[in-house]
Amino acid sequence: MKFDRAARRKVFSHSMTVLSGLAIVVILVPLVSVVYEVVLLGGPAINVDFFTQPIPSACNPAGGLPCHGGGGVIVPIEGTLQLIGLSSLFSVPVGIGAAIFAVEYGGERRLARVIGMVADVLSGVPSIVAGVFTWAVFVLYFPTIAFSTLDAALALSVLMVPIVTRTCEEALRTVPNSVREAAMALGISKWKMSLRITFVAALPGVITGILLAIARSSGEAAPLLIAGGFGCLHPLSQGVENQTCALPLWIYFGANNPYPNWITLAWGCALLLLLVILGLSLLSRFTLERMSRRMRGG
Amino acid sequence: MTPGNPFPATVPPRPPRISKWGDRIYLALLLLATAGVVALMVALVAVLVNGSGLAFKAFGFSYIWGYYWNPENGVYGLGPAIQGTLITSAIALLIAVPLGLGAAIFLTQQAPAWLRAPVGQLIELLAAIPSIVYGFWGLIILVPIMAKVVEPRLIKYLGWTGLFNATPIGIDILTASLVLSVMVIPTVTAISRDSIAAVPRSQKEAALAIGATDWEVTRHAILPYARSGIVAGAVLGLGRALGETMAVLFVIGNHTVIVNSLLAQGQTIPSLIANVWFENNTTLERPALVYAALVLLVITLAINLGARLVLTRSQAGRGAAAE
Repeated sequence: MKFDRAARRKVFSHSMTVLSGLAIVVILVPLVSVVYEVVLLGGPAINVDFFTQPIPSACNPAGGLPCHGGGGVIVPIEGTLQLIGLSSLFSVPVGIGAAIFAVEYGGERRLARVIGMVADVLSGVPSIVAGVFTWAVFVLYFPTIAFSTLDAALALSVLMVPIVTRTCEEALRTVPNSVREAAMALGISKWKMSLRITFVAALPGVITGILLAIARSSGEAAPLLIAGGFGCLHPLSQGVENQTCALPLWIYFGANNPYPNWITLAWGCALLLLLVILGLSLLSRFTLERMSRRMRGG
Repeated sequence: MTPGNPFPATVPPRPPRISKWGDRIYLALLLLATAGVVALMVALVAVLVNGSGLAFKAFGFSYIWGYYWNPENGVYGLGPAIQGTLITSAIALLIAVPLGLGAAIFLTQQAPAWLRAPVGQLIELLAAIPSIVYGFWGLIILVPIMAKVVEPRLIKYLGWTGLFNATPIGIDILTASLVLSVMVIPTVTAISRDSIAAVPRSQKEAALAIGATDWEVTRHAILPYARSGIVAGAVLGLGRALGETMAVLFVIGNHTVIVNSLLAQGQTIPSLIANVWFENNTTLERPALVYAALVLLVITLAINLGARLVLTRSQAGRGAAAE
């Protein structure tokens, strides 16, 4: 009787192990399928034209629009680069400044804790809400350039600020206080201590945060759709005051059209976007690892 | 009364005076950035309130549970979109939490050491895939499978529940929920794994020492300890699911009506905003959509603050217990 119970417990335990192992398999099937399909369907789109030509005119052999081939996504690529540059320009100084204030000047003060909380709350803001927000700001104050790359970049920076703030704050907190005390004891002024010593020590963590923020925002389509309009069909890239185009935006537009050449380009954009984002994530991980190795005294 | 200086001959030279101006300017700049972050939060709410003014004047709070979205008659109600948001997020979480938790348990407790780091990192990397890629994948790969394989069987075997009364076309609430769950699973897994990994070894060893099986160790020693972290992970996943636009937009069918079947075409708040944004049927439409964004913001903020509260409370409790 007693033996039976022990055996039953063991069998139950083993079956739970098998179940949790199965959970891994069930999770990985769709995730791997996503990557597999993107590579499979996006791969054929990648060639020299893909990186150098504007979006081609739509073709649909079944509907009497002959396909000539060619065409690429230089306009979405340039748009994404513009958006990354502008949104980093807006969000990185603000995020870093707030983080430095919270760590070096906040102490146990309430304002420092408020910054942490605000950053947490902001990081939960849905991306589409950020788009509606900056669209409304532009419509209220700069109505002539609502629906522009500038507007969309501002929406993305709303999403980036909390990421930069949090990661920068965490990185600065890993710098031991003895370093600060040693610097101050040598008679350096506080701003030089903060900028030249603690900030430099925390730099790998800060860069990680910036890379993560860029990785997150460069895949966003919803805020661009709301605040940026749609300017993908121009033959040349546009100034930042015009309607925007970006890789995720073309995925959305291409996927929702019946034209095979546009759909292929959309898969190509998905592959490119995936590579860029995975590359940024790997790069940020690599930066962090190097930092921790250095901290351990390598 | 200060005692006389015992070393009058070796008075150290005064340190050179440091100009205070550098510090002042630096502090002013930092304060400016800090004010920017806080102002962003305030402006977010203020601008959305301001922008939805027209719709609020027209419908008041009853907009939130309004039954119809009827641009032809100028009648706008968020009820259908809220229903769709809640259903899709709930199903996504019902799928993602058990799977993510199971995977986290396997990765931290049972998996061989050589498998833990690579699979864990793979799942974390997959968390970075943009939602629009999930949406595109859902439309091209998942929708045909749902339409041809899954949904006909659901209708056949589970039709009696009344949840699956519709033509199986694959573009519906259920498919949207599945895409959402695929998207949320990496988040839930990663946070559950971290909080389980943070459980002290002594917990596990004590349970093993009194003869607990692997499962009993997990169930009675590890999960209770990691519970708040797991809950917080689930809630963060919920926040992501509620606010997700692109993954849903492709596969939900974009039909703004109250649904009575999981296989019906529906709408969520984000997909509604993205879908109707450029239609401009009436002057009330954009304000109504801004109002919808405000409602979405309030819902997600409440959920995130809740998750944060759970986390800080558990940390405080743990800190007190450790002392």
